Amino acid sequence: MTTPPRILYCHCNYAQVVPKEVKEAVLKKLCESGVAFEAVADLCEMSARRDPALQRLAEGGTVKIAACFPRAVKWLFAAAQAPLPADGAEVINMRVQTAEEVSAALFSEELKPNLPKGKAAPADAPSVQPETAAAT
Amino acid sequence: MSLQDQTTLRIVLYEGDGSQPLEAPGRFAAMTALLEKGFAVTRAAAAGAPARADRSSLLVLGQFIGGKPPQAEDAAGEVSIRFQDITGFDAARIAESVESARALTSAVKQGDWKPWFPVIDYDRCTNCMQCLSFCLFGVYGVDDGQKIQVQNNDNCKTNCPACSRVCPEAAIMFPKYKAGPINGDVVSDSDLNREKMKVDISALLGGDVYSMLRERSEKAQSRFSKERDADKALKERQKCLVKLAQAGDIPAEVLMSLPSPDEIMRRAEEAKAKGQAALAMQKQTS
Ligand code: SF4
Ligand code: SF4
Repeated sequence: MTTPPRILYCHCNYAQVVPKEVKEAVLKKLCESGVAFEAVADLCEMSARRDPALQRLAEGGTVKIAACFPRAVKWLFAAAQAPLPADGAEVINMRVQTAEEVSAALFSEELKPNLPKGKAAPADAPSVQPETAAAT
Repeated sequence: MSLQDQTTLRIVLYEGDGSQPLEAPGRFAAMTALLEKGFAVTRAAAAGAPARADRSSLLVLGQFIGGKPPQAEDAAGEVSIRFQDITGFDAARIAESVESARALTSAVKQGDWKPWFPVIDYDRCTNCMQCLSFCLFGVYGVDDGQKIQVQNNDNCKTNCPACSRVCPEAAIMFPKYKAGPINGDVVSDSDLNREKMKVDISALLGGDVYSMLRERSEKAQSRFSKERDADKALKERQKCLVKLAQAGDIPAEVLMSLPSPDEIMRRAEEAKAKGQAALAMQKQTS
């Protein structure tokens, strides 16, 4: 038996770029369903923190992510040293898709990997060496 | 404390054995309240154990039967696990109790910083160091292999996408920006051309913005050094910054918070030197 893809929902909390009605309707559908899922307040914020939870989210097998543009999500994870599986992640874009489309994609058994493929693998993002003395 | 050293509080909404599942509307309300407070929430599957989390404290919420949480422990002892019985709580009270639990841990309060920072698309980046040479706020740096990277993302000026416009490859994204391709949308050829046209915001002023500011500053020093009209200098600067703001839609408040022209010059030279040094190292090692 294959394990169904995990579901990750991003609430894009600190900006109004994802339409409120879309993210609310998607979250509502998830809450009405019997499925386990991860909901995060803001993937950008987690990436900026290099939150190790992103590694857990990226590493546990295939995953469907309701957030924004796949290119942005791919490199947000990479920047936190938590590359998403190139052929194991589907990013569903709540900025441009309707709530119905997003929910249908999340609940469908089929995974449609859609991370942009390019010359660099996400793991090629340089390791992070924050400077101690920063200009302000 | 740097952003990256902070711990976070992770919430698990437990509805498995030994607990009474929430009704769907209550679950939605609780989730929304917690997300809006900046918490990450795992809705555990009926039979699932709380997911492991690193560098975070774990708080397990549930309507525990008899008010008693199930036994759970982190065998490695890495994670501190707490339980909160939420029987009879509405969403606001759940969020409040979680916030109080957070305050008792070392976990950071979320939402104190708007996550606005550049994200590099390494599929596009050519490591040309333009961004490093441009940014006055030390956001960029290079790793040991002289590869460009975002090092101090909390130094970035909120809502300012200026460095994405100097990138010749449209490789710099700000996921919370309003329009593509800066927001992460696919980069089309026409985008690339448009980006190129916007690349050099300084071109607007007939040359390098830093040299322009330097010239102004030198002129001001030589001609008016004794009776320098501070008001006039400020007005001039404002005028030129308004032009920049209109061209690159850089928020006026960001431009207004720039340091003095002399300080801009100093930082610009420093940034340029950093970029040049990185390029020189690249050449040596290739
Ligand atoms: S990843 Fe996208 S949807 Fe999530 S917080 Fe960032 S901009 Fe918003
Ligand atoms: S300006 Fe663009 S291409 Fe050049 S190093 Fe920066 S991100 Fe890479």
